Amino acid sequence: MIEVVDPGPLATVQDHGRPGLAHLGVSGSGAADRRALDRGNSLVGNAAGAAALECTLAGPRLRFLAPAVVALTGVEERGPFEAKAGDQLDIGSYARGVRLYVCVRGGIDVEPVLGSRSADLMSGIGPPPVRAGDVLRIGNQTGAPAEPEPYGIPAEPRLRVSPGPRADWFVAGALGALAASQWRVRPDSNRVGIRLDGPPLRWAREGELESEGVVAGALQVPPSGLPILLGADHPTTGGYPVLAVVAADDLWLAGQLRPGDIVRFAARDFSC
Amino acid sequence: MSSVGVRPCGDRALMLELADNAAAVRVAARLREERPDLVDVVPGHRSVLVTWAGARAPTGLDELAGEAVADTRVPEGREVELAVTYDGPDLDEVAGLTGLSPEEVVARHRAAEYVAGFLGFAPGFAYLFGLDERLVVPRRSEPRTRVPGGTVAIAGPYSGVYPRESPGGWRLVGRTDAVLFDAGRDRPALLVAGDRVRFR
Repeated sequence: MIEVVDPGPLATVQDHGRPGLAHLGVSGSGAADRRALDRGNSLVGNAAGAAALECTLAGPRLRFLAPAVVALTGVEERGPFEAKAGDQLDIGSYARGVRLYVCVRGGIDVEPVLGSRSADLMSGIGPPPVRAGDVLRIGNQTGAPAEPEPYGIPAEPRLRVSPGPRADWFVAGALGALAASQWRVRPDSNRVGIRLDGPPLRWAREGELESEGVVAGALQVPPSGLPILLGADHPTTGGYPVLAVVAADDLWLAGQLRPGDIVRFAARDFSC
Repeated sequence: MSSVGVRPCGDRALMLELADNAAAVRVAARLREERPDLVDVVPGHRSVLVTWAGARAPTGLDELAGEAVADTRVPEGREVELAVTYDGPDLDEVAGLTGLSPEEVVARHRAAEYVAGFLGFAPGFAYLFGLDERLVVPRRSEPRTRVPGGTVAIAGPYSGVYPRESPGGWRLVGRTDAVLFDAGRDRPALLVAGDRVRFR
Protein backbone atom coordinates (compact mmCIF):
# COMPACT_ATOMS: atom_id res chain seq x y z
CA MET A 1 0.00 0.00 0.00
CA ILE A 2 1.15 3.51 -0.82
CA GLU A 3 -0.04 6.64 0.93
CA VAL A 4 -0.34 9.76 -1.18
CA VAL A 5 1.12 12.58 0.90
CA ASP A 6 0.85 15.13 -1.93
CA PRO A 7 -0.21 14.20 -5.47
CA GLY A 8 1.18 17.39 -7.04
CA PRO A 9 -0.96 19.41 -9.49
CA LEU A 10 -2.60 16.32 -11.04
CA ALA A 11 -2.03 12.61 -10.53
CA THR A 12 -4.22 9.91 -12.06
CA VAL A 13 -4.10 6.15 -12.36
CA GLN A 14 -3.46 5.13 -15.98
CA ASP A 15 -3.04 1.93 -17.95
CA HIS A 16 -3.63 1.18 -21.64
CA GLY A 17 -7.12 2.68 -21.53
CA ARG A 18 -10.36 1.64 -23.21
CA PRO A 19 -9.78 1.02 -26.91
CA GLY A 20 -12.73 -0.24 -28.93
CA LEU A 21 -15.53 1.69 -27.25
CA ALA A 22 -15.40 4.95 -29.22
CA HIS A 23 -18.72 4.12 -30.93
CA LEU A 24 -20.34 4.41 -27.48
CA GLY A 25 -18.76 7.81 -26.93
CA VAL A 26 -16.05 6.37 -24.65
CA SER A 27 -12.54 7.74 -25.26
CA GLY A 28 -9.48 5.56 -25.52
CA SER A 29 -7.95 7.32 -22.49
CA GLY A 30 -4.90 5.60 -20.97
CA ALA A 31 -1.38 6.89 -20.27
CA ALA A 32 -0.63 10.13 -22.12
CA ASP A 33 2.95 8.87 -22.57
CA ARG A 34 2.42 5.21 -23.34
CA ARG A 35 6.09 4.64 -23.98
CA ALA A 36 7.09 5.76 -20.48
CA LEU A 37 4.35 3.61 -18.94
CA ASP A 38 5.46 0.58 -20.92
CA ARG A 39 9.10 1.10 -19.98
CA GLY A 40 8.25 1.44 -16.31
CA ASN A 41 6.19 -1.72 -16.34
CA SER A 42 9.02 -3.58 -18.04
CA LEU A 43 11.49 -2.36 -15.42
CA VAL A 44 9.43 -3.59 -12.46
CA GLY A 45 8.45 -6.87 -14.13
CA ASN A 46 4.82 -6.16 -14.97
CA ALA A 47 2.97 -7.16 -18.07
CA ALA A 48 2.46 -4.25 -20.49
CA GLY A 49 -0.56 -2.22 -19.54
CA ALA A 50 -0.41 -2.62 -15.76
CA ALA A 51 -1.75 0.48 -14.04
CA ALA A 52 0.65 3.16 -12.78
CA LEU A 53 0.42 6.63 -11.31
CA GLU A 54 0.68 9.38 -13.93
CA CYS A 55 1.86 12.62 -12.31
CA THR A 56 1.73 16.00 -14.01
CA LEU A 57 4.13 18.99 -13.83
CA ALA A 58 5.46 18.22 -10.32
CA GLY A 59 5.40 15.66 -7.53
CA PRO A 60 4.30 13.36 -6.09
CA ARG A 61 5.17 12.81 -2.44
CA LEU A 62 4.43 9.23 -1.49
CA ARG A 63 4.93 7.09 1.62
CA PHE A 64 5.25 3.36 1.17
CA LEU A 65 3.24 1.51 3.82
CA ALA A 66 4.54 -1.87 2.66
CA PRO A 67 7.57 -2.98 0.65
CA ALA A 68 7.30 -2.43 -3.10
CA VAL A 69 9.40 -2.69 -6.23
CA VAL A 70 9.26 0.70 -7.90
CA ALA A 71 10.45 2.38 -11.08
CA LEU A 72 10.05 5.98 -12.15
CA THR A 73 9.86 6.79 -15.87
CA GLY A 74 8.97 9.70 -18.08
CA VAL A 75 10.44 13.03 -16.99
CA GLU A 76 12.84 11.24 -14.68
CA GLU A 77 14.11 7.70 -14.54
CA ARG A 78 14.94 5.81 -11.36
CA GLY A 79 15.05 2.17 -10.53
CA PRO A 80 13.86 -0.40 -10.39
CA PHE A 81 14.47 -0.15 -6.64
CA GLU A 82 13.01 -1.71 -3.54
CA ALA A 83 11.09 0.61 -1.29
CA LYS A 84 10.76 -0.45 2.34
CA ALA A 85 7.76 0.21 4.52
CA GLY A 86 8.07 3.78 5.78
CA ASP A 87 10.19 4.98 2.86
CA GLN A 88 9.19 8.29 1.33
CA LEU A 89 9.44 9.33 -2.28
CA ASP A 90 9.57 13.07 -2.79
CA ILE A 91 9.70 14.42 -6.32
CA GLY A 92 9.82 18.16 -6.97
CA SER A 93 9.16 19.97 -10.22
CA TYR A 94 10.32 18.55 -13.54
CA ALA A 95 13.17 19.92 -15.63
CA ARG A 96 11.90 18.72 -19.01
CA GLY A 97 8.62 17.14 -20.03
CA VAL A 98 5.42 17.11 -18.09
CA ARG A 99 4.59 13.56 -16.95
CA LEU A 100 6.20 11.18 -14.48
CA TYR A 101 5.10 7.57 -14.10
CA VAL A 102 5.37 5.77 -10.80
CA CYS A 103 5.26 2.09 -11.66
CA VAL A 104 5.13 -0.59 -8.96
CA ARG A 105 5.44 -4.33 -9.34
CA GLY A 106 1.86 -5.65 -9.41
CA GLY A 107 0.43 -2.35 -10.63
CA ILE A 108 -1.87 0.09 -8.86
CA ASP A 109 -5.04 -1.71 -7.90
CA VAL A 110 -8.24 0.23 -8.45
CA GLU A 111 -11.55 -1.17 -9.67
CA PRO A 112 -11.47 -1.52 -13.47
CA VAL A 113 -14.28 0.22 -15.36
CA LEU A 114 -15.04 -1.04 -18.86
CA GLY A 115 -11.87 -3.08 -18.79
CA SER A 116 -9.47 -0.36 -17.66
CA ARG A 117 -8.22 1.33 -14.50
CA SER A 118 -7.57 4.61 -16.33
CA ALA A 119 -9.06 7.90 -15.20
CA ASP A 120 -10.81 9.50 -18.17
CA LEU A 121 -10.97 13.15 -17.20
CA MET A 122 -13.19 14.13 -20.12
CA SER A 123 -16.04 11.76 -19.38
CA GLY A 124 -15.49 11.01 -15.70
CA ILE A 125 -15.12 7.25 -16.27
CA GLY A 126 -12.65 5.42 -14.04
CA PRO A 127 -11.13 6.52 -10.75
CA PRO A 128 -11.07 10.23 -9.89
CA PRO A 129 -7.70 12.01 -9.70
CA VAL A 130 -5.66 10.92 -6.70
CA ARG A 131 -5.90 13.18 -3.62
CA ALA A 132 -3.68 13.77 -0.61
CA GLY A 133 -4.41 11.12 2.00
CA ASP A 134 -5.48 8.46 -0.53
CA VAL A 135 -4.02 5.02 0.02
CA LEU A 136 -3.26 3.14 -3.18
CA ARG A 137 -3.34 -0.64 -3.10
CA ILE A 138 -0.80 -2.65 -5.02
CA GLY A 139 -2.29 -5.30 -7.28
CA ASN A 140 -1.04 -8.45 -8.91
CA GLN A 141 -0.91 -7.30 -12.52
CA THR A 142 2.41 -9.05 -13.05
CA GLY A 143 3.16 -11.14 -16.10
CA ALA A 144 5.76 -11.62 -18.74
CA PRO A 145 7.38 -8.18 -19.02
CA ALA A 146 8.51 -6.91 -22.39
CA GLU A 147 12.13 -5.92 -22.95
CA PRO A 148 12.38 -2.24 -21.93
CA GLU A 149 12.54 0.12 -24.90
CA PRO A 150 15.01 3.00 -24.81
CA TYR A 151 13.55 6.31 -23.74
CA GLY A 152 14.47 9.97 -23.79
CA ILE A 153 12.61 13.24 -24.15
CA PRO A 154 14.33 15.38 -26.81
CA ALA A 155 15.12 19.03 -26.08
CA GLU A 156 13.47 20.10 -29.34
CA PRO A 157 10.37 17.99 -29.82
CA ARG A 158 9.39 17.28 -33.39
CA LEU A 159 6.33 15.20 -34.22
CA ARG A 160 5.90 13.48 -37.55
CA VAL A 161 2.52 14.12 -39.16
CA SER A 162 0.65 12.89 -42.21
CA PRO A 163 -2.41 14.48 -43.84
CA GLY A 164 -5.71 14.22 -42.01
CA PRO A 165 -9.14 13.50 -43.47
CA ARG A 166 -10.04 17.17 -44.01
CA ALA A 167 -6.80 18.64 -45.33
CA ASP A 168 -8.91 19.88 -48.26
CA TRP A 169 -10.79 22.24 -45.91
CA PHE A 170 -7.70 24.41 -45.68
CA VAL A 171 -6.05 26.92 -47.95
CA ALA A 172 -3.34 25.52 -50.20
CA GLY A 173 -0.08 25.19 -48.36
CA ALA A 174 -1.64 24.76 -44.91
CA LEU A 175 0.14 21.44 -44.36
CA GLY A 176 3.39 23.05 -45.37
CA ALA A 177 2.74 25.96 -43.01
CA LEU A 178 2.04 23.51 -40.20
CA ALA A 179 5.42 21.89 -40.78
CA ALA A 180 7.33 25.14 -41.34
CA SER A 181 6.11 26.93 -38.20
CA GLN A 182 7.04 26.82 -34.55
CA TRP A 183 4.13 26.11 -32.24
CA ARG A 184 3.99 27.08 -28.62
CA VAL A 185 2.10 24.86 -26.16
CA ARG A 186 -0.58 26.88 -24.39
CA PRO A 187 -1.17 26.65 -20.62
CA ASP A 188 -4.77 25.45 -21.08
CA SER A 189 -3.49 22.13 -22.47
CA ASN A 190 -4.45 18.90 -20.74
CA ARG A 191 -5.19 15.20 -21.28
CA VAL A 192 -8.09 16.10 -23.58
CA GLY A 193 -6.07 18.26 -25.96
CA ILE A 194 -2.89 20.26 -26.40
CA ARG A 195 -3.66 23.79 -27.55
CA LEU A 196 -1.08 25.41 -29.77
CA ASP A 197 -0.23 29.01 -30.56
CA GLY A 198 1.33 29.98 -33.87
CA PRO A 199 0.42 31.43 -37.27
CA PRO A 200 -3.28 30.59 -37.82
CA LEU A 201 -4.06 27.83 -40.34
CA ARG A 202 -6.84 29.21 -42.50
CA TRP A 203 -9.88 27.35 -43.73
CA ALA A 204 -10.56 27.56 -47.45
CA ARG A 205 -14.31 27.31 -46.95
CA GLU A 206 -17.12 28.44 -44.76
CA GLY A 207 -19.66 26.45 -42.89
CA GLU A 208 -19.66 23.58 -40.47
CA LEU A 209 -18.22 20.14 -40.84
CA GLU A 210 -20.61 17.32 -40.00
CA SER A 211 -19.42 15.51 -36.89
CA GLU A 212 -17.09 12.61 -37.51
CA GLY A 213 -14.87 10.27 -35.54
CA VAL A 214 -11.49 11.59 -34.44
CA VAL A 215 -8.31 9.92 -33.16
CA ALA A 216 -5.76 10.81 -30.51
CA GLY A 217 -3.01 12.70 -32.32
CA ALA A 218 -5.41 14.48 -34.67
CA LEU A 219 -4.66 18.16 -35.26
CA GLN A 220 -8.12 19.63 -35.21
CA VAL A 221 -8.40 23.23 -36.33
CA PRO A 222 -11.30 25.41 -35.14
CA PRO A 223 -12.18 28.63 -37.02
CA SER A 224 -9.50 30.52 -35.02
CA GLY A 225 -6.92 28.63 -37.06
CA LEU A 226 -5.03 27.54 -33.94
CA PRO A 227 -4.72 23.75 -33.88
CA ILE A 228 -5.64 21.47 -31.00
CA LEU A 229 -3.68 18.22 -30.80
CA LEU A 230 -6.16 15.70 -29.41
CA GLY A 231 -4.94 13.75 -26.40
CA ALA A 232 -5.87 10.48 -24.73
CA ASP A 233 -9.16 11.74 -23.25
CA HIS A 234 -10.40 13.43 -26.44
CA PRO A 235 -14.10 13.39 -27.36
CA THR A 236 -14.78 10.53 -29.76
CA THR A 237 -16.32 12.71 -32.47
CA GLY A 238 -15.60 16.26 -33.50
CA GLY A 239 -16.97 18.95 -35.76
CA TYR A 240 -13.77 20.79 -36.65
CA PRO A 241 -11.70 19.71 -39.64
CA VAL A 242 -8.60 17.61 -38.95
CA LEU A 243 -5.68 18.93 -41.01
CA ALA A 244 -3.08 16.34 -40.03
CA VAL A 245 -2.50 13.40 -37.70
CA VAL A 246 0.60 12.72 -35.59
CA ALA A 247 2.35 9.41 -36.27
CA ALA A 248 1.36 6.73 -33.76
CA ASP A 249 5.01 6.17 -32.81
CA ASP A 250 5.38 9.86 -31.85
CA LEU A 251 2.20 10.17 -29.80
CA TRP A 252 4.04 9.46 -26.53
CA LEU A 253 6.13 12.59 -27.03
CA ALA A 254 2.98 14.70 -27.40
CA GLY A 255 2.19 13.44 -23.90
CA GLN A 256 5.36 15.15 -22.64
CA LEU A 257 4.74 18.58 -24.17
CA ARG A 258 4.77 21.19 -21.49
CA PRO A 259 3.05 24.58 -21.48
CA GLY A 260 5.47 27.07 -23.02
CA ASP A 261 7.36 24.39 -25.00
CA ILE A 262 8.03 24.92 -28.67
CA VAL A 263 7.01 21.97 -30.84
CA ARG A 264 7.53 21.42 -34.54
CA PHE A 265 5.81 19.09 -36.96
CA ALA A 266 7.59 17.12 -39.67
CA ALA A 267 5.75 16.22 -42.84
CA ARG A 268 5.75 12.51 -43.60
CA ASP A 269 3.76 12.08 -46.73
CA PHE A 270 1.94 14.87 -48.47
CA SER A 271 1.34 13.03 -51.71
CA CYS A 272 -2.31 12.18 -51.05
CA MET B 1 -18.53 3.50 -59.38
CA SER B 2 -18.09 3.33 -55.65
CA SER B 3 -20.33 5.02 -53.12
CA VAL B 4 -17.59 4.82 -50.52
CA GLY B 5 -14.88 7.46 -50.28
CA VAL B 6 -11.65 6.79 -48.40
CA ARG B 7 -9.71 9.54 -46.66
CA PRO B 8 -6.40 9.32 -44.78
CA CYS B 9 -6.31 9.69 -41.01
CA GLY B 10 -2.75 9.03 -39.86
CA ASP B 11 -1.02 5.65 -39.77
CA ARG B 12 -3.50 3.77 -37.57
CA ALA B 13 -6.85 4.92 -38.95
CA LEU B 14 -8.79 5.85 -42.04
CA MET B 15 -12.07 7.56 -42.74
CA LEU B 16 -14.76 6.08 -44.94
CA GLU B 17 -17.15 8.63 -46.44
CA LEU B 18 -20.71 7.58 -47.15
CA ALA B 19 -23.71 9.16 -48.84
CA ASP B 20 -25.84 9.43 -45.74
CA ASN B 21 -26.08 8.43 -42.10
CA ALA B 22 -28.11 5.29 -42.80
CA ALA B 23 -25.23 4.03 -44.96
CA ALA B 24 -22.73 4.96 -42.24
CA VAL B 25 -24.71 3.00 -39.65
CA ARG B 26 -24.93 -0.05 -41.95
CA VAL B 27 -21.26 0.05 -42.83
CA ALA B 28 -20.22 0.43 -39.19
CA ALA B 29 -22.39 -2.51 -38.12
CA ARG B 30 -20.99 -4.71 -40.88
CA LEU B 31 -17.36 -3.81 -40.19
CA ARG B 32 -17.76 -4.39 -36.46
CA GLU B 33 -19.31 -7.80 -37.15
CA GLU B 34 -16.89 -9.05 -39.75
CA ARG B 35 -13.59 -7.36 -38.98
CA PRO B 36 -12.33 -8.29 -35.53
CA ASP B 37 -8.92 -7.02 -36.64
CA LEU B 38 -10.20 -3.45 -36.23
CA VAL B 39 -10.00 -1.66 -32.88
CA ASP B 40 -12.59 1.09 -33.24
CA VAL B 41 -15.38 1.48 -35.77
CA VAL B 42 -16.95 4.89 -35.22
CA PRO B 43 -19.88 6.09 -37.27
CA GLY B 44 -20.24 9.86 -37.75
CA HIS B 45 -22.88 11.94 -39.48
CA ARG B 46 -21.92 10.61 -42.92
CA SER B 47 -18.69 8.74 -42.25
CA VAL B 48 -17.13 5.79 -40.49
CA LEU B 49 -13.75 6.11 -38.80
CA VAL B 50 -11.86 2.84 -38.39
CA THR B 51 -8.72 2.31 -36.35
CA TRP B 52 -6.33 -0.59 -35.94
CA ALA B 53 -3.35 -1.57 -33.82
CA GLY B 54 0.07 -2.24 -35.30
CA ALA B 55 1.86 -0.93 -38.32
CA ARG B 56 0.08 -3.06 -40.92
CA ALA B 57 -3.02 -1.37 -42.34
CA PRO B 58 -6.00 -3.66 -42.92
CA THR B 59 -7.13 -4.19 -46.49
CA GLY B 60 -10.49 -4.69 -48.13
CA LEU B 61 -12.39 -2.26 -45.95
CA ASP B 62 -13.77 -0.18 -48.81
CA GLU B 63 -14.97 -3.30 -50.65
CA LEU B 64 -16.75 -4.57 -47.55
CA ALA B 65 -18.18 -1.09 -46.96
CA GLY B 66 -19.42 -1.04 -50.56
CA GLU B 67 -21.22 -4.34 -50.01
CA ALA B 68 -22.80 -3.02 -46.84
CA VAL B 69 -24.01 0.10 -48.65
CA ALA B 70 -25.65 -2.03 -51.34
CA ASP B 71 -27.29 -4.30 -48.76
CA THR B 72 -30.74 -2.78 -48.46
CA ARG B 73 -32.07 -5.10 -45.76
CA VAL B 74 -33.47 -3.02 -42.94
CA PRO B 75 -30.98 -3.06 -40.08
CA GLU B 76 -32.18 -4.40 -36.77
CA GLY B 77 -31.99 -1.38 -34.55
CA ARG B 78 -33.78 -1.71 -31.26
CA GLU B 79 -36.85 0.35 -30.47
CA VAL B 80 -36.46 2.50 -27.39
CA GLU B 81 -39.13 4.68 -25.78
CA LEU B 82 -38.12 7.47 -23.45
CA ALA B 83 -40.65 9.08 -21.12
CA VAL B 84 -40.13 12.84 -21.19
CA THR B 85 -41.37 15.72 -19.07
CA TYR B 86 -41.46 18.72 -21.37
CA ASP B 87 -40.55 21.56 -19.04
CA GLY B 88 -37.21 22.64 -20.51
CA PRO B 89 -36.02 26.21 -19.90
CA ASP B 90 -35.63 26.89 -23.64
CA LEU B 91 -39.14 25.92 -24.80
CA ASP B 92 -40.26 29.54 -25.07
CA GLU B 93 -37.08 30.51 -26.90
CA VAL B 94 -37.53 27.65 -29.38
CA ALA B 95 -41.14 28.72 -29.84
CA GLY B 96 -39.96 32.27 -30.55
CA LEU B 97 -37.32 31.09 -33.03
CA THR B 98 -39.69 28.79 -34.90
CA GLY B 99 -42.89 30.84 -34.78
CA LEU B 100 -44.66 27.93 -33.11
CA SER B 101 -46.37 27.90 -29.74
CA PRO B 102 -44.51 26.07 -26.94
CA GLU B 103 -47.29 23.45 -27.02
CA GLU B 104 -46.73 22.93 -30.73
CA VAL B 105 -42.98 22.61 -30.20
CA VAL B 106 -43.65 19.85 -27.69
CA ALA B 107 -46.20 18.14 -29.92
CA ARG B 108 -43.84 18.12 -32.89
CA HIS B 109 -40.87 16.95 -30.84
CA ARG B 110 -42.93 14.13 -29.39
CA ALA B 111 -44.51 13.09 -32.69
CA ALA B 112 -41.29 12.45 -34.57
CA GLU B 113 -39.63 9.06 -34.90
CA TYR B 114 -35.89 9.31 -34.36
CA VAL B 115 -32.92 7.16 -35.27
CA ALA B 116 -29.66 7.25 -33.30
CA GLY B 117 -27.19 8.22 -36.03
CA PHE B 118 -23.96 8.18 -34.06
CA LEU B 119 -22.60 8.77 -30.57
CA GLY B 120 -20.11 11.35 -29.40
CA PHE B 121 -19.60 14.37 -27.14
CA ALA B 122 -19.92 12.17 -24.04
CA PRO B 123 -20.34 8.45 -23.29
CA GLY B 124 -23.89 7.49 -24.26
CA PHE B 125 -24.74 10.76 -26.04
CA ALA B 126 -26.59 9.77 -29.23
CA TYR B 127 -27.19 12.25 -32.04
CA LEU B 128 -30.82 11.54 -32.94
CA PHE B 129 -31.87 12.08 -36.55
CA GLY B 130 -35.50 12.69 -37.54
CA LEU B 131 -36.20 16.02 -35.85
CA ASP B 132 -39.24 17.85 -37.28
CA GLU B 133 -37.89 20.36 -39.81
CA ARG B 134 -39.77 23.19 -38.13
CA LEU B 135 -37.74 22.57 -34.97
CA VAL B 136 -34.32 23.09 -36.55
CA VAL B 137 -32.75 25.89 -34.52
CA PRO B 138 -29.11 26.89 -34.04
CA ARG B 139 -27.18 26.12 -30.87
CA ARG B 140 -27.06 28.80 -28.22
CA SER B 141 -24.34 31.35 -28.89
CA GLU B 142 -23.19 30.95 -25.26
CA PRO B 143 -23.16 27.32 -24.12
CA ARG B 144 -24.37 26.65 -20.59
CA THR B 145 -21.67 25.55 -18.17
CA ARG B 146 -24.03 23.03 -16.53
CA VAL B 147 -26.74 20.98 -18.15
CA PRO B 148 -28.23 18.29 -15.87
CA GLY B 149 -28.05 14.63 -16.84
CA GLY B 150 -31.27 13.40 -18.49
CA THR B 151 -31.96 16.74 -20.21
CA VAL B 152 -33.65 16.37 -23.61
CA ALA B 153 -32.38 18.96 -26.08
CA ILE B 154 -32.33 20.02 -29.73
CA ALA B 155 -29.82 21.79 -31.97
CA GLY B 156 -29.49 21.93 -35.73
CA PRO B 157 -30.97 18.78 -37.29
CA TYR B 158 -30.56 16.73 -34.10
CA SER B 159 -32.23 15.91 -30.86
CA GLY B 160 -30.35 14.28 -27.99
CA VAL B 161 -30.29 13.52 -24.29
CA TYR B 162 -27.42 14.63 -22.05
CA PRO B 163 -26.27 11.44 -20.27
CA ARG B 164 -24.77 13.24 -17.28
CA GLU B 165 -24.20 16.75 -16.07
CA SER B 166 -21.93 18.58 -18.48
CA PRO B 167 -21.53 21.87 -20.29
CA GLY B 168 -23.86 22.14 -23.28
CA GLY B 169 -24.97 24.53 -25.99
CA TRP B 170 -28.17 22.83 -27.17
CA ARG B 171 -31.69 24.13 -26.51
CA LEU B 172 -33.23 22.36 -23.56
CA VAL B 173 -36.82 21.21 -24.05
CA GLY B 174 -37.41 18.49 -21.44
CA ARG B 175 -36.01 15.78 -19.22
CA THR B 176 -36.14 12.04 -18.80
CA ASP B 177 -35.33 9.68 -15.94
CA ALA B 178 -33.84 7.14 -18.34
CA VAL B 179 -30.18 6.32 -17.61
CA LEU B 180 -28.41 6.91 -20.92
CA PHE B 181 -25.05 5.51 -19.83
CA ASP B 182 -24.02 3.15 -17.06
CA ALA B 183 -20.55 1.61 -17.27
CA GLY B 184 -21.72 -1.25 -15.04
CA ARG B 185 -24.44 -2.48 -17.41
CA ASP B 186 -24.06 -5.18 -20.05
CA ARG B 187 -25.01 -2.53 -22.58
CA PRO B 188 -23.41 0.60 -21.12
CA ALA B 189 -25.04 2.92 -23.68
CA LEU B 190 -28.86 2.85 -23.72
CA LEU B 191 -28.83 4.07 -27.32
CA VAL B 192 -26.45 2.88 -30.01
CA ALA B 193 -26.25 3.85 -33.67
CA GLY B 194 -29.22 2.42 -35.57
CA ASP B 195 -31.62 2.33 -32.61
CA ARG B 196 -35.05 3.86 -33.18
CA VAL B 197 -36.19 6.24 -30.51
CA ARG B 198 -39.53 7.78 -29.53
CA PHE B 199 -40.22 10.35 -26.84
CA ARG B 200 -43.40 9.80 -24.83
